[in-house]
Amino acid sequence: MPAFSFNDTLLLATIVFSVGLAGILVRRNMVFMLMALDIMLNATALVFVAAGARWHDATGQVMFVLVLALAAVETAVGLGIIMCLHAHGRPTLDADTGNLLGGQGRG
Amino acid sequence: MGEILLPLLILCPLVASMIISVSAGRVGTCAIGAIACVGVGLSAILGIILSVMLLSGPAAGVLPVVLWRWIHVAGFSADIALTLDRVSMVMVLVVTVVGLLIHVYAVGYMREDPGIARFFSCMTLFVAAMLVLVLASDLLCLFIGWEGVGLCSYLLIGFWYDDPANTAAARKAFYMTRMGDAALLCGLLLLATAAGSLHIGAVLAAVADGQVAPSGVNVAALFILVGALAKSAQVPFQTWLPDAMAGPTPTSALIHAATMVTAGVYLIARLHDLFAMAAPVMALTAVLGTLTLLMAACTAMVQSDLKRILAWSTISQLGYMFLALGCGVWQAALFHLMTHAFFKALLFLTAGAVIMRAGHEQDIFRLGGLRHAMPGLTAAFVVGASALAGLPLVTAGFYSKEMILSGVWHVHFGLTREWTLSGHPLWGMALLGAFLTALYIFRCVFIVFCGKPGTVATGRTSRLMGIPLGCLCFLSLCGGVIEMPDTLPPLHLFTALLDPKTPLSHADEPVWLVLAGALAPLAGLGVARVLWGRAAPVMREIPGQAAITRLARAGWGMDALYDLVFVQPFRLLTWLAHHDILDQAITGTGRMTRAISGRVFRARAGFLDKLAVWGTRARGWAGHLLGRLDNGRVRWYAAWIAGGLCAGLAMAVLS
Amino acid sequence: MHALALLAASVTVMGAVMAMTRRVAVHAVLYLVVTLLALATVLVMLGASFAAMLEIIIYAGAIMVLFVFVIMMINLGQPDSAREKEWLRPRAWCGPGVLATIMCAELLYCLNPPSGPAPAPITAHDVGLSLFGRYVLMVELVSFLLLAGLVSAFHIGRNRVGGR
Repeated sequence: MPAFSFNDTLLLATIVFSVGLAGILVRRNMVFMLMALDIMLNATALVFVAAGARWHDATGQVMFVLVLALAAVETAVGLGIIMCLHAHGRPTLDADTGNLLGGQGRG
Repeated sequence: MGEILLPLLILCPLVASMIISVSAGRVGTCAIGAIACVGVGLSAILGIILSVMLLSGPAAGVLPVVLWRWIHVAGFSADIALTLDRVSMVMVLVVTVVGLLIHVYAVGYMREDPGIARFFSCMTLFVAAMLVLVLASDLLCLFIGWEGVGLCSYLLIGFWYDDPANTAAARKAFYMTRMGDAALLCGLLLLATAAGSLHIGAVLAAVADGQVAPSGVNVAALFILVGALAKSAQVPFQTWLPDAMAGPTPTSALIHAATMVTAGVYLIARLHDLFAMAAPVMALTAVLGTLTLLMAACTAMVQSDLKRILAWSTISQLGYMFLALGCGVWQAALFHLMTHAFFKALLFLTAGAVIMRAGHEQDIFRLGGLRHAMPGLTAAFVVGASALAGLPLVTAGFYSKEMILSGVWHVHFGLTREWTLSGHPLWGMALLGAFLTALYIFRCVFIVFCGKPGTVATGRTSRLMGIPLGCLCFLSLCGGVIEMPDTLPPLHLFTALLDPKTPLSHADEPVWLVLAGALAPLAGLGVARVLWGRAAPVMREIPGQAAITRLARAGWGMDALYDLVFVQPFRLLTWLAHHDILDQAITGTGRMTRAISGRVFRARAGFLDKLAVWGTRARGWAGHLLGRLDNGRVRWYAAWIAGGLCAGLAMAVLS
Repeated sequence: MHALALLAASVTVMGAVMAMTRRVAVHAVLYLVVTLLALATVLVMLGASFAAMLEIIIYAGAIMVLFVFVIMMINLGQPDSAREKEWLRPRAWCGPGVLATIMCAELLYCLNPPSGPAPAPITAHDVGLSLFGRYVLMVELVSFLLLAGLVSAFHIGRNRVGGR
């Protein structure tokens, strides 16, 4: 008997996903938004692994690896953008200030 | 044996190109030229060996080589495969032999240029791509070669990229041929969906079996025709070729006269069975070819740039080939393609040598009287000019043009059941074109080589440049005797070579037909001698020159057409994108709301007043929400996504 | 459910919640690392030890280090912390909290998975075989994605040096 049943894992993944979603909606700091995205990605990856374990298929973990690569790319590019914005003299990392075209936010 | 030699035929120039591009800057000029010549020369030798093998085999023999399977999915498959049959054999010989002569010439011509390695790597790459185009037995594989030659053409037109005019010409050529390529690809996709394969034999069999609907055949043939027209610079795509003369002269000779521009002719000749089923497209081909040959001949008459005259004459001669294709005498088109490759390469190379020795002067009115300074080049140019004009009996051009003319005379276009079109008017126009051809090319000869001395010639033509000119002279004079009209000794080597079973019949050909074809260039020569042959020309400008020049400068109205067809719709699209419709609608809604609520406020009466306040408030909220929809803030977008997801899940849960 | 499993799950959720509510970015990263380690434990309990190792090495190791680097470089100071406090007023939590709760509830309502016999664990061997067997094209596509990420990160970074 495994420690986790499939149902429990899905429950866990759902809760973690919701926490990430709430985080991305609440936080205005872009670093925190990226972290929230990572939490959501982890929740989905967990569902893949759980499904793979449930039906005894290696595809679940293959998808996990792919999600990992996706998260790595997303984080690298996102952090790069944050650095770029910071270097261009934007005073805060407020995501809401970058709402106008031409890079001139209201912040 | 043949299975090994055939890929080697393509590999030799390709490897030479790679070696040159890798070793650029590390080996000397002579070594680069030697590598290029050896690569193309090996290819030419292999081509001759393979031709002998093919001809010694059975009459209808082909040499197919499947290299590997490229695409294989349900309903479609494509191979990387080569086929040497008799049609492609002729083309291979033309490409490799003329290519070798031009390469040898180019070693002498480009000796001083710092970019010689780039030049030769592009040239050899071009030969390889052209051989892929010629030998491919699969239309998709042919398309690779088709794009490859377009790329090399672009690279070589813009070879001297310091001058913005040259790069502009290169881009123009690239864009114009690209439009045709898109059309060609559409045609190929149509054929592929109908026939399930793009193997030429399979496609033709499917068309012959009636697997493809007649309308489908017509549309596919039309698309392929557009592709061929763009590649061969025919009406309405003719404007790129004269500008393409910005490249080095050997490029003009090899790519823009002898081989690449004839790729369209070759493609249609390969697919002649397909085109035979599409009668309207055939008639269109013939009419466009006739239009092109007359228009280009008229334009060549008023040009003063030596290379541009030759470029327009190339367009005109390609018009003859398209006329022949449209009339169904594809053997004549291929024959003219071969002789044209000989004499046009000769003309271009001679013109290049003349221009080089006259201090890079291209205006024919500033040249002049060069007969005494360079007798050898004069002889070569006169030989090329007579072959182009088709002076009877002694030149190759006469026989090929005669074959086209007699083919046009006999043709009948069965457009519909009751309405047929005779080829006689087209024959008349082609004959007029022959007269004009002789007129403009001998105008050029008389002005450049006779008359008052203009520029001072310097230097000598090196032997490396002289030998290819001699060989091309021989081919231009004697290359045509392998096929003669029946009125003369009935000799049909060329048509027998192409199709041993059903040779083209020249029977019931009136004698006066050949006679007319022979007299037209002679008349042109005579008129040119009268007008420009004296020391003081009777007329420097022909009547109506100003009008034609203006028309030609405006691209015969084609630029306006391109503007209307391609540029304006694009500008409309960008205008639409700039004035966002959705944005306008939202702004308009807001403005309307404000106006309405203003009116309602003004009513100011009891319940109505209250209603107005509520209404305004509600509309304000709605506008607020609408504004939130695209306020540019990422968090709101995420919220909208989450909300939509919630709603979708709710629908899934509640249903 | 084991006590250990319950512990790992609750640490995961708590870590995520804490990471999302911290005002100082470094603290949040630390909580996130805790979350990821707990998640790795969950993965081990699911029999996916290979995935758990990857989670620790790549996620908790590499990606979190990236976060720490960036936080160090942009140097968020005291005013930033105060501003975060300003942004994290209870009122700001209303809408997102409701939305996330609805989402969570709906997903939980949808959960109705079959329960069956216990499967044997999947080894790294199986994963490797299917990764480079059936899914080799996908691996190539992912390599394209990584390349694109590399190029764009490089491009953005270069603009930073050469720009204003």
